[in-house]
Amino acid sequence: MSITHHLDDATLMSFAAGALPGALAAVAAAHVAMCPRCRRELATLERIGGALVADLAPVDLGHAAPSLPGPASAERGPGANARAGVGELPWPIAGMVAGGLDAVRWRRLGIGVWDHVLPIAGAGKLRLLKVSPLRNVPEHGHGGAELTLVLRGSFYDATGRYAPGDVADLDADVAHQPVTDKEGDCICVVASETPEEFRSVLARQWQRWRGF
Amino acid sequence: MADPLRRLAEQADPAAFRELYQTYGPRVKAYMMRRGADPATAEDLAQETLLTVWRRASLYASEKGSATTWIFTIARNLRIDRLRREMPWQELPEGRQEQASSEVAPDEAVSEKERQGRVRLALAALPPDQHAVVALSYLEGLSHGEIAQRLGLPLGTVKSRMRIAYQKIREALEDLQ
Repeated sequence: MSITHHLDDATLMSFAAGALPGALAAVAAAHVAMCPRCRRELATLERIGGALVADLAPVDLGHAAPSLPGPASAERGPGANARAGVGELPWPIAGMVAGGLDAVRWRRLGIGVWDHVLPIAGAGKLRLLKVSPLRNVPEHGHGGAELTLVLRGSFYDATGRYAPGDVADLDADVAHQPVTDKEGDCICVVASETPEEFRSVLARQWQRWRGF
Repeated sequence: MADPLRRLAEQADPAAFRELYQTYGPRVKAYMMRRGADPATAEDLAQETLLTVWRRASLYASEKGSATTWIFTIARNLRIDRLRREMPWQELPEGRQEQASSEVAPDEAVSEKERQGRVRLALAALPPDQHAVVALSYLEGLSHGEIAQRLGLPLGTVKSRMRIAYQKIREALEDLQ
C-alpha cells in the first residue's frame, strides 16, 4: 500500500494534542494505523505535548503518592490483539464493522450512493460511504471539517487519486468534485464535524447540476 | 542519580516511583486542570496516570523514549477516556509508540533527550501568536474551531499558525532524524 495523501499538519497536531473532535479522531487514528509516515510525524508532535506539560507550573498534590499495587508487572498496554486490523479495516474502526465491509447493511441515499452510520462517542458524525463506479462522491464542503479515508476502490479529483489508506483532509473552502474510478465500488469512512445529512447534500448537488 | 523512570523500568523500584510521582504528579495535575478538570478530579487523574506508568514501566524500558512525552501520552489518553468513555481508539498513541519503536534504529535512542531539548527550545522561540494556538490545542484540548472562536481569528489563520509552528519544530529536529 503506497499512501500519497496524508493528514494535514494542523489535523495531525490536533490529534496528537488529544483535541480532535471524536469522529475526526476516529478517522485520523484509522489513517495513522495504516500510514508509517504519519506515525513518525505523530511521535514528533507528541514531544511537543511532553515539553508543554513539563513546563507547566506544578499544582500541589493534596495526597502523598498512592500505595503501589504490588511489583510492576509486564503489562504491555491495551494488548496487541486489540490493535490488530481485520482485512481492509484498520483496528480503530474494525471493531465497529463486525463481519467486514461485505456484511455492512447499507442505507441507500440515491443512485449509486449508500451509507452506514457508525456509532460514535464524542462530537461529529462517523459513517461508511459506498459509491458506485464513475459517480460523484457526495461531500458537504462547507460548515466544518471533514475527513475521508479510502478503504476499498478509489476516487480522484483535482488534487489526485485516492486509493486505500489515502485520506482527503481538505480545507472546507476548497471546492473539489471527487469522482469514483471505474473499477468496482469505492468504500470510504467519513467523519464530519457537523452532522449534515448526505441526503440534503445530494439534493443540493443535484440542484447545482441542474443550474438552480 | 539514574533517571527514575529507567530505575522503575529496570528494577521496579518503589522509591523511583515516589520520585517520579513528586516530579510529574503536580504537572500532570496542572495539565488535567487546564483541560477542565476540577482539582479533586485532576488529582485522581494524575494518580491514575502515574500508576499506569508504574504498571507499564517495563514497556518503557523497551521504548527508550522521553519520559515526559510518554507520561504526556498516558495523561492525554486518560483525559480523553474520561471524557468519552467508550471511545474504542483512544489507546492508539501508546500502541503506536510500541509499534514505532521497532522501526527505530538502536543508536537513535541515544539522541531522544537531545530531541526533547530541541523541541523545548523551538517551542520557546515561537512568536506568541503561534505559541498561543499550540498551547490552546495541547493544554486545553480545544479544536481548531474552538481556538478560532476563543482568539477571534478565522479558522484558516489558526490552522496556518499551527502548520508554521510545526514546521519550525520539524526543522529544529532535522539533522537528528
